Amino acid sequence: MDLPIAFVVNGNAVALALPGDVSLMHALRNDLDLKGTREGCAAGACGACTVLVDGHAVTSCETPLESVRAREVTTVEGLAGAAAGAPAHPIQQAFLDQQAAQCGYCINGVMLRIAGLLRETAAPTEAQLRAALSRHLCRCGTHMRILRAARVACGLPEPA
Amino acid sequence: MNPDLAANPRLSQWIGFAADGRIEIRAGKVELGQGMATTLLQVAADELDVAPETIRLCLGATDAGPDQGITSGSNSTQVGAMALRQVCAEVRQLFVVAAARRLSVDPAQVRVGAGRFGIDERGSSFDYHELADQVDLDRPARGDAVPKTAAARRFAATGIARPDLRRKLFGAGFIHDLVWPGMLHARVVRPPSHSARLDAFDAAAVRALPGRVHLIVDGRFIAVAAGREEQAVAAAAAARKATRWSESTDLVEAREDQAWLRELPHESSVIDASGPEVDPAAPSTRVQADYSKPFLAHASIGPACALAAWDRDDDGRERLRVATHSQGSFTLRIELARFFGLEPARVVVRHADGAGCYGHNGADDAALDAAIVARATGTPVRLQWSREDEFAWAPFGSAMSVRIDAGLDAQGRIAHWNQQTWSHGHGQRPGTHAGISGIAATLVQAAHPAPVSRDVPRAAGFGGQRNAVPGYAMASRRIDYHRVDAPTLRSSSLRALGAYANVFAIESCMDELARMAGVDPLSFRLAHIDDPRASAVLMEAARVSRWRDPKAAPRRDGALRGRGLGFARYKGSAAWCAVVVEIEVTDRIVLDRIWAVVDAGEVVHRDGLVNQVEGGVLQAASWTLKEAVHWDRTRITTRCWDGYPILGFDELPRALSVHLIEASDLPPLGAGECAAGPTAGAIANALHDAIGIRLRDLPLTPDRLRRAVEAG
Repeated sequence: MDLPIAFVVNGNAVALALPGDVSLMHALRNDLDLKGTREGCAAGACGACTVLVDGHAVTSCETPLESVRAREVTTVEGLAGAAAGAPAHPIQQAFLDQQAAQCGYCINGVMLRIAGLLRETAAPTEAQLRAALSRHLCRCGTHMRILRAARVACGLPEPA
Repeated sequence: MNPDLAANPRLSQWIGFAADGRIEIRAGKVELGQGMATTLLQVAADELDVAPETIRLCLGATDAGPDQGITSGSNSTQVGAMALRQVCAEVRQLFVVAAARRLSVDPAQVRVGAGRFGIDERGSSFDYHELADQVDLDRPARGDAVPKTAAARRFAATGIARPDLRRKLFGAGFIHDLVWPGMLHARVVRPPSHSARLDAFDAAAVRALPGRVHLIVDGRFIAVAAGREEQAVAAAAAARKATRWSESTDLVEAREDQAWLRELPHESSVIDASGPEVDPAAPSTRVQADYSKPFLAHASIGPACALAAWDRDDDGRERLRVATHSQGSFTLRIELARFFGLEPARVVVRHADGAGCYGHNGADDAALDAAIVARATGTPVRLQWSREDEFAWAPFGSAMSVRIDAGLDAQGRIAHWNQQTWSHGHGQRPGTHAGISGIAATLVQAAHPAPVSRDVPRAAGFGGQRNAVPGYAMASRRIDYHRVDAPTLRSSSLRALGAYANVFAIESCMDELARMAGVDPLSFRLAHIDDPRASAVLMEAARVSRWRDPKAAPRRDGALRGRGLGFARYKGSAAWCAVVVEIEVTDRIVLDRIWAVVDAGEVVHRDGLVNQVEGGVLQAASWTLKEAVHWDRTRITTRCWDGYPILGFDELPRALSVHLIEASDLPPLGAGECAAGPTAGAIANALHDAIGIRLRDLPLTPDRLRRAVEAG
């Protein structure tokens, strides 16, 4: 085994002595007990496992652990700040306020995608938001609520 | 008495007072993403007069709580939650009596507020726990307690927010996240097709992998288990390469109009026949047409997952413990006990939330898989399916073909309506028949035959026959159902069962008849309805969608705009739902605006109901515009999301609004599935309205649209 893979997760330094081809998703879920990252398709097609790497949204199922060496990873557990009892992040709060979930399985990936969008663009347009969300699948048909919560999080008005 | 309460009469099955001060509410209905946990919590809190935070829910556990069958058929509020309401009303009444005894007053003087029983605000009072030892709940419910009036319910007025989202949107919260001590991660290695024969398997190639990999080969059932999840995934891939299968061309030939269904052997029954028989050769203004829907996948975003562990009790007898996201813990227990030859009491099945399932998906199969692997490895196992397993091995909602011959009399009223529906059965759930449903049972050496998919009986709302009888007045009608038992693709329950295709066909045909009669489709429907609640729903749909106003101009250059209506009362006995859809037709159908109007009687959890109807509309829009399972003569060829596109965020309507007609003094009616058929009908009718072309075979894809336009 090579050197442990050191990186930062939700503000905490970690080092995992794992093969570099282990997926970031499996390492987060099983080695770091960050279960809020969901496995959907294991092929980068549904977006459920989306996390931030250096502020950019990636599908963690197809991100090898080796590629996050010395980088910063943010999962849903770290969205609001890692401190226990931290209040919800504004994105999470928007989703709670809108009750923008049915089963909720896809939502964490969606929220991380929005967080990534806001890192890249402080004031995204409706078109940019929709383009970002189009990387995600929702099967419950919660799209309209998700979009509504996402608009709140992005400071976008509801279209007339 | 409520049937769920009659089947589980002992009050202590439903409610207990835990040592930690919480009230434990147990129910057999489970959270599927439809918000049932919240509904149950709210019903209990309102009826017991306690804060929701003081309640702990335990849902779908065979060792703790009532058996309420399967969480399906839009029955959970209508029947399941009403049983809990009845229980809580009776328990509250018993505690009032106990408090009266303690206070030496008449029960009528006892006031209940915020979980305390007393005679006034200042005097001494008791909470449930303080009185619990004076109330014997180990007794059958009388069923005669009168629940609160709608006005007296505190939480129902606003509706409580979903407590499960406070977990799920912050971290763990699903079955996939459970960790049992010592568990191995497992994967199955399925054949390339359901009938494939295993010719050779190179076990050494798998055993040589890093990590201690367990390999289970039992007939055609192959699975791997390892300490680390990625090792299990790698072992499954290696095992797949190490197998040689021979396949046969035994699948029926696919056709876009599903006409193959009509050519296979089937069992016929008459669903409804009334009025004079119609001479089929008699000339009249009539529609004679075939409508169809393809096989549809449940296609949950989360893969099927289960945990299983075996141990022995003090007498050395084997016990099985399973965590599942099945819709029926108790029915799954029947199946597991039968497969392993155990008494049901030796098997404990507990529900844990999964991704939305929308019916009988792979959840139950994964539970049997996990139990088999756990027994073979001698360790607890967490088994998860791959995306390919989901598409190729979970049951589908059956393809269906609906043939209608309907005609008008000289006054433009429906004179006759002859309809035939062909379908596989819509129910192959575990524990509901004498066989084993779990797909692993067909693969192991001592294989069980795959059960024939059946339909639930008339009293439960039917399966393929669901909503086959139009809810419209007509002089004569005959409705036949042909259940195709010949095996093709594995079929079981998918949201709305047969109602989706039957209502699509009926609502399309109603539109065709209305146009022949030269009458507006809304007026035509109203003229054939003698149910005031049905009329009210249609009128409200017309009002909110401004149906009588001229159509707006298209928003897109060169597009044609259309407006369509669909309507049905789900199962003929549950919620009424009307859907109006406005579309624009370019090279495809673009959803523009959608209105849904629902009368579900008493609304128990308003936001939950609205959310379910929104989801029902958009899921049905996805089925209608995009979805079909594909196969060739050998195997299912739909194996990943690329091959099974669903509605995306770039295909949403501009607006979707849900309008409820509330009737708080009437019983609540199931509504989670009510929008499916009306949505399909409304879209097809809007397409015709826009371009004058009637498409009768689902899905209404750009390719089919182009071919229809080219054919004129």
